[in-house]
Amino acid sequence: MGVYLPMGPQHPLHPEATLVKLRVEGEHVVDADVDASFVHRGIEKALEHKTYTQGLYLAERICGICNVAHTTCYTTNVESLAGIEAPYRALYLRLAVEELARIHSHLLWLGLFAHTMGFETLFMLAFRDREPVLDLMEEITGGRVTTGYNVIGGVRRDVDPGLVFKIKGVLTQLKERILKYKELFESDPVIQARTRGVGYLSKNEAGELLAVGPVARASAIARDVRIDDPYLTHEEVPFNVIVYDTCDAWGRAMVRLDEILESINMVQYTLDHLPSGEVRVKVPPFFRPPPGEMSSRVEAPRGSLLHYVKSDGSDRPVRYRVRTPTLANLASVVTMLRSRNGKIVHIADVPVIFSSIDPCICCTARVTIFDERGHVLEKPLNELLDMRRGR
Amino acid sequence: MLVKIANWAKARSLWLLFINTGACNACDIEVLAALSPRYDAERFGVLLKGSPRHADVLLVTGPVTRQVKNRLIRIYEQIPHPKFVVAVGTCTASGGVYDNCYNVYEGLDKVLPVNLYIPGCPVRPEAVLDAMKLLREKLARGEIH
Repeated sequence: MGVYLPMGPQHPLHPEATLVKLRVEGEHVVDADVDASFVHRGIEKALEHKTYTQGLYLAERICGICNVAHTTCYTTNVESLAGIEAPYRALYLRLAVEELARIHSHLLWLGLFAHTMGFETLFMLAFRDREPVLDLMEEITGGRVTTGYNVIGGVRRDVDPGLVFKIKGVLTQLKERILKYKELFESDPVIQARTRGVGYLSKNEAGELLAVGPVARASAIARDVRIDDPYLTHEEVPFNVIVYDTCDAWGRAMVRLDEILESINMVQYTLDHLPSGEVRVKVPPFFRPPPGEMSSRVEAPRGSLLHYVKSDGSDRPVRYRVRTPTLANLASVVTMLRSRNGKIVHIADVPVIFSSIDPCICCTARVTIFDERGHVLEKPLNELLDMRRGR
Repeated sequence: MLVKIANWAKARSLWLLFINTGACNACDIEVLAALSPRYDAERFGVLLKGSPRHADVLLVTGPVTRQVKNRLIRIYEQIPHPKFVVAVGTCTASGGVYDNCYNVYEGLDKVLPVNLYIPGCPVRPEAVLDAMKLLREKLARGEIH
């Protein structure tokens, strides 16, 4: 049925190597699938060969955009496994940098989303407004994009009052720009035509497909790890969970723009209420956590991110597992791309729909094991570990 | 004389094709930042293109994964001559943090001939601009064709 139309792996509107397999009848997409395997590197396996301290730098490079979320998750995970407690001030600073990273990630997404709509001016504007945030990141952490800020036992640097004043000033200016973009999304007829009703995902579907992050929140599901399972000092920092019920690409855009405003407030509140004290406890480079398992969840810019670690008492993990928000949202995007229940999906809408979930494929690529007849092998974890050891 | 004119023309319109072969996205967004208003690579005639057939320079980020290798070679073959390959980032040059990962080739030069390496993890936009400048100068002097 229909004609097979591949989009990718190299496509001008995919910044990463992704293959979107479409089955089309005329202009209508009837079926879709996403192949995210092109950037699979085998990081989970590589993490097993590194000590916990070395692994931090690899975990940071699972994804360059949400690296702060990955290191927050990794350090929270390993610290609770090893019984290390980061100082209170460090938790506040981690939260501030995590929210700054969310601002920069959402602005980046805004640019790329505008690019997929063919709105190049907005792409340039979003990237221009992102630069001051990256400058702040550089001043706080030392790195523009890959920050290396979170370390096991705290954070690498402290902030001084002069820097706090500067951060607040820059963020106040940014707030005005974001309010302008919100107005643009509410009033511009071209944006409305390209995004309203496009990429429909009803509340029931989002619930069944376990959508996370802004995708779930744009489908009227208030799902946010920061509220459901607070991990840093989220109980003490007031913020709202943004929920829209339009269930389309426009709603996802508005959720992200409103989240930037919330993040700005959160950073400002955090910096106003910084507790005093140390920012780091010294941890020996080759520490050995007790045998056991641990997992931690973090609300990355794209949704809930899960890290799992299993230790056997040595200085390296036996197994490290990462489940990224894009992996959770791939099922939703495949459903969005299908014409169903009278909602027709046109080929021209595919890039807009695909980028509306903010795909980050490089975090996502995982491996599936097949047997020689092409059937997927589903084995429990310890059997797979035995296979790996050649038993 | 003709060669001189050709070199002059080539140096002033480097059009980029940009492909991620397993990078963590940090270099990708820094390359995009180099094209955005603050750094504005377009003033050097550098333009991002969507199709290999329009491009002169292939920017590759990431240690080349086994899955993407054949596609990368196919894209390289589709670029018309003269073509230049730039390896962006430490992991593209040598594998970097992905050293000893089972699914990567640990460096672009094991797959394609490379003209220029940009070090950094991730690279800074200034480094991307500097690379474009170097490439221009080399082209104008006729050192690479």
